[in-house]
Amino acid sequence: MAGPIKLSGGPGYRAKVRALGLVAPLLIFIVVTFVAPLGTMLLRSVYDPVVADALPETLELLEDWDGIELPPEAVYAVAAQEVKRAGAERTLGQVASRVNRVQGGLRSVITRTGRELREIQQGPWRESMMTIDSAWADPAIWYAIRTTGERFTARHYWNALDLQSLPDGSVVRQPEDRRIYLRLFWRTLMISGLITLLCLLLGYPIAHLIACSKPSRANLLLILVLVPFWTSLLVRTTAWIVLLQTQGVLNEFLVTIGLIGDDGRLAMIYNMTGTIVAMTHVLLPFMVLPLYSVMNSIPSTQMDAAASLGATPLQAFLRVYWPQSLPGVGAGALLVFILAIGYYITPALVGGSDGQLISNMIAYHMQTSLNWGLAAALGGVLLLIVLLLYAVYERLLGIEKIGLGG
Amino acid sequence: MSKQNNETHVEFKGVSKSYDGRTMVVKDLDLGIRTGEFVTLLGPSGSGKTTILMMLAGFQAPTAGEILLDGQPIQDLPARKRGIGMVFQNYALFPHMTVGANLAFPLEVRRMGAEERRERVERVLRLVRLEGFADRKPSQLSGGQQQRVAIARALVFEPSLVLMDEPLGALDRSLRDEMQYEIRRIHRTLAVTVVYVTHDQQEAMVMSDRIAVLRKGVVEQIAVPEGLYEEPTGSFVASFIGESNQLHGRILGTSEADNVYEVETGGEVIHALKVAQCNVGDDVTLSIRPERVKINPEAGRYTNEVDATVEDLTFLGNQLRVRLATCGREDFIATIPNIVGHGGWITGDSVRLGWTTVDCRALNHE
Ligand SMILES: Nc1ncnc2c1ncn2[C@@H]1O[C@H](COP(=O)(O)OP(=O)(O)O)[C@@H](O)[C@H]1O
Ligand SMILES: [Mg+2]
Repeated sequence: MAGPIKLSGGPGYRAKVRALGLVAPLLIFIVVTFVAPLGTMLLRSVYDPVVADALPETLELLEDWDGIELPPEAVYAVAAQEVKRAGAERTLGQVASRVNRVQGGLRSVITRTGRELREIQQGPWRESMMTIDSAWADPAIWYAIRTTGERFTARHYWNALDLQSLPDGSVVRQPEDRRIYLRLFWRTLMISGLITLLCLLLGYPIAHLIACSKPSRANLLLILVLVPFWTSLLVRTTAWIVLLQTQGVLNEFLVTIGLIGDDGRLAMIYNMTGTIVAMTHVLLPFMVLPLYSVMNSIPSTQMDAAASLGATPLQAFLRVYWPQSLPGVGAGALLVFILAIGYYITPALVGGSDGQLISNMIAYHMQTSLNWGLAAALGGVLLLIVLLLYAVYERLLGIEKIGLGG
Repeated sequence: MSKQNNETHVEFKGVSKSYDGRTMVVKDLDLGIRTGEFVTLLGPSGSGKTTILMMLAGFQAPTAGEILLDGQPIQDLPARKRGIGMVFQNYALFPHMTVGANLAFPLEVRRMGAEERRERVERVLRLVRLEGFADRKPSQLSGGQQQRVAIARALVFEPSLVLMDEPLGALDRSLRDEMQYEIRRIHRTLAVTVVYVTHDQQEAMVMSDRIAVLRKGVVEQIAVPEGLYEEPTGSFVASFIGESNQLHGRILGTSEADNVYEVETGGEVIHALKVAQCNVGDDVTLSIRPERVKINPEAGRYTNEVDATVEDLTFLGNQLRVRLATCGREDFIATIPNIVGHGGWITGDSVRLGWTTVDCRALNHE
């Protein structure tokens, strides 16, 4: 019976209800732990009601404002009342920090205005506010208020892509010194690509070796590949610090055998090198396992057959083995790459300043600058990149060809 | 029988093989195969058939002995340089290539020109009757068709020697019969030497010029199919090829120009043809084909006549199988062709059995 679940009696009905009951826990789990958080995050990247809720009438009046000259007294009057109220309701701080993101320095202007307006009961409001801070004599502050007042906004995404929207409505690139995210995205993609390549180069022979071994030895080798999984990620990462730091094992060894001088110790950690080395190590099993499972399903007679037909080992590998292992290469590469571009802990611990990836920037906006809208937008862009990659992969190889099982 | 000459194409000289250094999987194999011959290695699973093929193809090295190809030792020749066509048990077609690409592969690695390649592929496809299948993937073919492709691929570079490892093992009965015929036809057409491996004695009988029966890595007997059936030299071959009654007994004496034993078994004295060299008092195994046993013969016509009781009767269409108790056993089988019906025996009847000395072979006791 095709189509939706039939909600009447009949022999299949009970079975379907039971089946639904059995999958329900998983369904609820997925909704609660994945769909809901992802949805709220994506919503947060385009939806921000704080300013709109705090200054509704001001924003309504500002709709008629030309954006060039200062708004009329009426606007100042309404704004003053609403700023006062927001101050009393303790939402003014949030308003101030949002306005401040559009133009730096406005946070203190708004909080101070809120404080000092408390003493003032009468107009003219324009003059009073200009007296409190001359910023009120600049149309820029009104532009900032109007921008942050949009409930649904693309400005976090403009920000995440190093763009900004000007008062005249056009969208242009940020000034050179404020372009950070695109470069960081690019660097994240490059480093992830490099890590994926390294994992492939290191993992392919290992996976091949395991797939060719006798079952008992293959098991042992697989366990060795999996041992890192049993160790805490922190321990693994810290182990690299011990090995690679300036006074670390590797540097000491190189100095001892005289390959480098005591003052020429290599900086191999707290920089990009550290991130690449540690992440390659951490992600290697994710390459080896899909590769192994695909290679394991290639019968050993394939290579024998190629040899019996006259192929050299290299020809046999390139024309017979490699093409058949491609689904594993694709699955492993996709897995490692997607894990790498979202990786956070390892670069945070060993990346120093130039080994940081986009996820560290997202974490910064979540935890330190508290600009959750921007963090969400950066996450959204990251998600989009992953989906794009997935689509490209699907186009090239066909997703049904991803080989995770033998 | 296919055309052959008497040149030796392949020769195993005292070849032994052990994978683990302890158990010999192939023991002291001596085997010569003539050019153009169709030789089958026949034996139960695990008897070392595949190992022998792998050594010949170059995927395994002999532990001892040497293999000669056209008189030249091939120890140091890697598999790809031996120029031997090989049909693997599970076809081993390249699943990511089309049939045409599979067939062109051995030609491409030999750097053959595109024109000749196409021609050869076409020709070999015609040979295995798969014209028009060049653009299919192996997964789009039936088992029998895949098998044909595998055979075509082993032939397309025109090797003079082709090895086939249980090529029909995965096919069902009727398809097997058809493929057996096809393989014989191809063998006759191309006059290549074929070393064929199977555990199916009937298949071996149908296809081979000669059959080597293997047991536990040892060749028990090499002979033409008729020879194996009519003149088995050991009880293993006698029971493996066709059906035979095997009676265990002791030699009482020899008689008649020294080629007949008198053997006591289950209280009867039987005259048996001397195949194994034994002394009086030794244990021997007597092998008697069920269809050579006559029930209630004219008295005095056979050198061996014994009393028996009918235990069971099975009608098999073309023949009647009678299970009898005689010579101290209850599983003695006699078969009677369904030509004139049978004597109307029922279970429990007493009958006389008769057979000649020649049809009763005295073999080494195991
Ligand atoms: N690669 C191998 N490593 C170890 N033992 C093997 C290997 N191949 C076969 N054997 C052993 O050698 C014996 C003969 O095997 P095989 O030649 O495959 O027999 P057959 O083909 O007659 O079934 C078997 O006992 C098998 O377990
Ligand atoms: Mg075998």
